[in-house]
Amino acid sequence: MQANSYDVVVVGSGAGGGMAAYMLTRAGARVVVLEAGPLWWPEEDSAMWTWNYQSARRGGGTRLRPFGEFDAGDGGWDIEGEPYTRAPGTTFDWYRGRMLGGRTNHWGRISLRFGPDDFRRRSLDGLGDDWPIGYHDLKPFYDQVDRLIGIFGSVEGLPNEPDGIFLPPPEPRCWEHLVQGASDRIGLTCIPSRLSILTTPHNGRPACHYCGQCNRGCKANANFSSPGVLLRPAMETGLLTIIPLAMAREVVTRPDGRARGVGYIDKTTGEDRMVEGRVVVLAASACESARMLLNSKSSRHPNGLANGSGVVGKYLTDTVGADMGAYLPRMEEWVPHNCDGVGGAHKYMPWTTDNRKLDFPRGYHIEIWGGHGMPGAGAMGGIQNYPVGGGYGQPLKDAYRKYYGTMIGFSGRGEQIPNEDCWCEIDPKVVDQWGIPVLRFHWKWAEHEIRQARHMQQTFAALIEQLGGTPLWSAGAESDWGIAAGGRIIHELGTVRMGDDPDTSVVDRWCRAHEVPNLFVADGGPFVSQADKNPTWTILALSMRTSDHIAQAMKRGEL
Amino acid sequence: MDRRDLLRLLAATPFPVLLGASPAALEQAVRAAHASVADPGRYQARFFTPAEWETVRLLADLIIPRDERSGSAGDAMVPEFIDTLLAEGEEAQQTALRGGLAWLDRECRSRWENPFRMLSVSRQTTMLDAIAWPARAHPALSQGVAFFTRFRDLVAAGFWSSRIGVDDLGYQGNTFVAQWTGCPDPQLRKLGVRP
Repeated sequence: MQANSYDVVVVGSGAGGGMAAYMLTRAGARVVVLEAGPLWWPEEDSAMWTWNYQSARRGGGTRLRPFGEFDAGDGGWDIEGEPYTRAPGTTFDWYRGRMLGGRTNHWGRISLRFGPDDFRRRSLDGLGDDWPIGYHDLKPFYDQVDRLIGIFGSVEGLPNEPDGIFLPPPEPRCWEHLVQGASDRIGLTCIPSRLSILTTPHNGRPACHYCGQCNRGCKANANFSSPGVLLRPAMETGLLTIIPLAMAREVVTRPDGRARGVGYIDKTTGEDRMVEGRVVVLAASACESARMLLNSKSSRHPNGLANGSGVVGKYLTDTVGADMGAYLPRMEEWVPHNCDGVGGAHKYMPWTTDNRKLDFPRGYHIEIWGGHGMPGAGAMGGIQNYPVGGGYGQPLKDAYRKYYGTMIGFSGRGEQIPNEDCWCEIDPKVVDQWGIPVLRFHWKWAEHEIRQARHMQQTFAALIEQLGGTPLWSAGAESDWGIAAGGRIIHELGTVRMGDDPDTSVVDRWCRAHEVPNLFVADGGPFVSQADKNPTWTILALSMRTSDHIAQAMKRGEL
Repeated sequence: MDRRDLLRLLAATPFPVLLGASPAALEQAVRAAHASVADPGRYQARFFTPAEWETVRLLADLIIPRDERSGSAGDAMVPEFIDTLLAEGEEAQQTALRGGLAWLDRECRSRWENPFRMLSVSRQTTMLDAIAWPARAHPALSQGVAFFTRFRDLVAAGFWSSRIGVDDLGYQGNTFVAQWTGCPDPQLRKLGVRP
């Protein structure tokens, strides 16, 4: 096997890998990034401003792009030739990005910091575990991420919802004003969203032009995606090599136990290849990085690399999700105007309730959606749930006109506590088309999460009642209150856990493998817990901190 | 034909100028509607058989007819959208649609000895009246109701996402906005957010 040599090998080009490439090239290191999908640059490849009617599919989802054919996200829960399996009786749906920038291309840009309490939940309520680091360790890096990437929001001073360095938030849309009022009346907290979308020019990138299509990728680079904001400047240093269509398979080690490099399959030829580096950084996604470690077996590491603790693959979590949509008669006969806005809600509801008064231990935030968006392949579905009750012909056509844009909805996104029933391992029989053993998932929501989903549904119903609306669907005990299947919210975390004790964790407080001194993990794998916040901003801050640590250690000649 | 049938027929007929027209003119309109559907055009259906294709086109225009403000589902190439979705879709969805069309024809044959596409418009509307409102449909027709609900959703999605549909709804976005100013004052006043 021929191997090219670099200072640092990074596996994955999303939030974690993109940040590592950015930081380490700036520190003067020669970096190679392996990406399992093709190159994709938003300035060139985005479908921004395409009309859905430019396609016979009207923008509907495909196997490669489950969120729509014009969505930027190549990948999905079901990738041809790359299966995964589930233990009998369990459901976990594993979303994988397969493109430069990974899942930073299609995400909601909800960029929340974890709060001080989120790093020490066991100390507070005895459940889960504390992180080996605290908010004060990450705060300087959150600040740097804010300054580098750009984020809008408002300074609120709320407990456990740390403020950042914000650009001004955009004015709310019509229905967001209504939701604000309803939220105020029932004692919830509704504040401007915190999204990594530019409302003023920032670091050479222009401000948002409010077409609402962040999920298609932004040709202007006015939002955050790894290729446009991190990898492009990293390329400009001349120190970054990106190898696309490179399916990383294992971390190759030297006789002394240190990482030598990464073995991968060139998807264009099917050949086995390898790149070498003084340092290896895994940022392939929590589960893909765990898979690589478990597949890096040798006589020296019979349970997989860095897995003396047996913890690799354990403590898998996702975000708890439940949703409710409603018909709002007040939104009928609107004054037509362009209400696209940014690619996401302009308001959200952070968790400010005391769980000690409730029958479940952790919180959730609420996202708001709806209104008069661009009609696409799912437009105006479920007309039978509106007062017209169904029908056809001219009365139906008029009913559609009347009800267009009158649906708004809420999505609860809550914290799952790691439990022993949720984990992944290598399937003993199944390989993917490259011959790489695949992951087998085990999953079970605990009562904590199901009760949280019930509380979400009750809160949504209360908000909708305040708004004078009618729920368009409901979920009760028979469906565990509409809780989404594991993996559906695409916030997989925890499978390469961080800790000070090598017997109970895989990586240390710098995200360095306890057992392999030049191997680091820079994705969601090291997270000790979820939070009632989306994880991307914390992945970025952690990767920045880890990369900074690597750069300093390299300067000192320690790596 | 009772008054309700007449209203339904008028609703389904893609010629709004006919409101208040004579029986002869009505008949002419119905013939024209059938004639427009009978012309298969240049599109070659990928999923539907020729007989299914005729029914799909007919149903689509019965669900969303042409009126003074915009064209019909057929004008918006909705049947082509549905055919594409199904040709590329999953087997369960394909079976549900194909089976639903077969259910419809069998139900029509048992009532009137002809498949849906060969019925008079008044009988077609009688059939649709029985399955187009789930809450008041007879439980014995539940499979037909489920099919029609699914089919109507496809027609709506195809129509309102078309250029014709987007223009009809007054959607003004998908463009460059130099300065975002939020919800305009007249709308805020209408919603009661601002006095």
